Amino acid sequence: MQTVLEQIDIQNYIYLSTILFCTGVFGVLYRRNAIIVFMSIEIMLNAVNLLLVAFSTFHQDAQGQVFVFFSMAVAAAEVAVGLAILVSIFRNLGSIDIDNLKKLKG
Amino acid sequence: METTLALVLLLAPLAGFLLNIFFGKALGKNGSGYLGTLSVVASFAVTLVFFLQINQDGKAVSIALFDWIQLSNFKLDFGFLLDQLSLLWLMFVTGIGSLIHLYSISYMHDDENMHKFFAYLNLFVFFMITLVMGSNLLVMFIGWEGVGLCSYLLIGFWYKNQDYNDAAKKAFIMNRIGDLGLLIGIFILGASFSTLDFLGLKTAITTTEFSDYWIAIAALALFIGACGKSAQIPLYTWLPDAMAGPTPVSALIHAATMVTAGIFMVTRLNFLFDQSALVQTIIAVVGAVTALVAATIGLVQNDIKKVLAYSTVSQLGLMFLALGLGAYEVAVFHVVTHAFFKACLFLGSGSVIHALHGEQDMRNMGGLKKWMKITYLTFMVSSLAISGIPLFSGFFSKDEILMVAFHSDKTLWVMASLASIMTAFYMFRLLYLTFFNEFRGTEEQKHHLHESPGLITFPLIVLAILAAVGGVISLPGNSWLNHFLAPVIAKEAHGEHHLDGTAYMLMAIAVVGAVIGIGIAFSKYKKNGEVPPADAEINGLHKVLYQKYYVDELYMALIVNPINALARFFRDYVETGLSAVVYGFGRAASELSHQGRRLQNGSVGTYLFAFVLGAFLIVTYVFLMSQS
Repeated sequence: MQTVLEQIDIQNYIYLSTILFCTGVFGVLYRRNAIIVFMSIEIMLNAVNLLLVAFSTFHQDAQGQVFVFFSMAVAAAEVAVGLAILVSIFRNLGSIDIDNLKKLKG
Repeated sequence: METTLALVLLLAPLAGFLLNIFFGKALGKNGSGYLGTLSVVASFAVTLVFFLQINQDGKAVSIALFDWIQLSNFKLDFGFLLDQLSLLWLMFVTGIGSLIHLYSISYMHDDENMHKFFAYLNLFVFFMITLVMGSNLLVMFIGWEGVGLCSYLLIGFWYKNQDYNDAAKKAFIMNRIGDLGLLIGIFILGASFSTLDFLGLKTAITTTEFSDYWIAIAALALFIGACGKSAQIPLYTWLPDAMAGPTPVSALIHAATMVTAGIFMVTRLNFLFDQSALVQTIIAVVGAVTALVAATIGLVQNDIKKVLAYSTVSQLGLMFLALGLGAYEVAVFHVVTHAFFKACLFLGSGSVIHALHGEQDMRNMGGLKKWMKITYLTFMVSSLAISGIPLFSGFFSKDEILMVAFHSDKTLWVMASLASIMTAFYMFRLLYLTFFNEFRGTEEQKHHLHESPGLITFPLIVLAILAAVGGVISLPGNSWLNHFLAPVIAKEAHGEHHLDGTAYMLMAIAVVGAVIGIGIAFSKYKKNGEVPPADAEINGLHKVLYQKYYVDELYMALIVNPINALARFFRDYVETGLSAVVYGFGRAASELSHQGRRLQNGSVGTYLFAFVLGAFLIVTYVFLMSQS
């Protein structure tokens, strides 16, 4: 039985992953809503995860998939903490526009 | 037991100091005064015990408290040595010290800081005891520096007067110059002999062969230290200025403690000084010149305490003359008798100043004999003693110095004799101007004239008795002092002076000289009732003497002003330049950080952009590297 990689070339995975990553980057840079920024970061993470899985399969090596588990766990934890912070910011300031969050200015 | 006693002797004044400084105010004036006095009296009592003991069995007490410095080839105990020399010194340091303390209770009674005064006085005595008791040069040095500090505190005791502060600083700084010499001497000895212990040094120097050159340098350096403490040329100008302190302080510094430290140190290290004939000559010449110069200045001073101050410098000069001639026991003898009569003279002048409410100019005194009988009589006795009139203590000691000088060098003898004749003259000039003829002060002062209270007159009487009979400790032909000191002095004592024809002739010359000096003073100031002219009318040689040969001005021009100019140069140019550089670094860092601060603008967007840019740059870099 042909593997997915034999049916779809590895380059396609890379292209998709790059597109996803760039989408994430642009989301981070251009959106002002903190939640959208968060989501964009998730997209970037997923782009990398996708790539990891693809390479892992390509090399017949399970290491990449293990990494994906880790990064997903970290991302989940990060979202939990990050959202909590955002909620408390929203309660205090009534907005989550990142341009307004300048309290840590040097 | 001996250790405990010695510690009591040492620490009693320190305890007095601590109690007075912390609780003195609460104790009240009399309380702090008597506490201070008692602590010194306690030391005196213990000294007496030791003194009687050593007088009987002649065995020195050596106490090592603990190891102080221990190196591979150098070991030093923190210890004390109670031998004949130190006990003799302790006798008059604590004995006369006690009297001066007692006197101060009354003298300082109107001062608001009386407890502080007694604290300093006690501290002074404590350091002097340390100096005298130390068994090695470093312990001695602790005391040496300590008395320097205390003299600074006490001379500047009335610190609200800027002149007095300057006098205190002068004393302190001049002493520091001498102390540098002393330290150099100590270092040379320590490096050469690997010990600073007096007994160890004595064995080392007398038994080992050692370069004369370094011995001479060490001796000379130590002598410079002695010059500073004992006010010899060229470091003597602080002593007359030290008159700014309260009179009991002058008495303590001049008679019993600080200024005798130099004599003590030289006598203590006599085995060292004996090794270098050249240094001994220098000491003798410096002593003789100092004696003469100070005596000439003393001739024309009008401030009652300044006359006494120059007389101290002059007498110290005589002592150094004796030291330089190797007659250590003679110098010590004069130290002792001088302590008696000079303390009496100073306290007497204090009594006069007290009666006149602070007046110190003899031109405004006169006729005090009528009102102050006891002060007058004690002053008279001490003046006779210092002038060298037979049977008073000063006669014996001064005569021995003159005799020693005569036997070694006629020029020195002439100088010393002239100095003593001048002493007789200016002391009686002082006496006549102060106590005889009519009172020249204001009517109001005249109205208040009174004899001083018992606490002041009692020490005067005791000291006057000592000044009168103190000579018995070393009579020509049968000297108790010479026997007593024999164990500490390396060379055989100069031998008892045989009372031959020369000796009688010298005695006669000295006495006739003294009588002539007194006679001139009598005809000038008693019979003709002359009064020294006002400052503006002084001219010629008289003015040169009155202005103390302009030595202070000379030092000012030669040393102080150039140093000041140098200091100003460093302040205005070098320091300005350096601080500009340092300040420039500060400014640069501040400027940079100011720029850097802008990066931290707090906007999450900017941070994210920086983060993406960074990631992009890293990826690009890795990519480019993998291509090449």
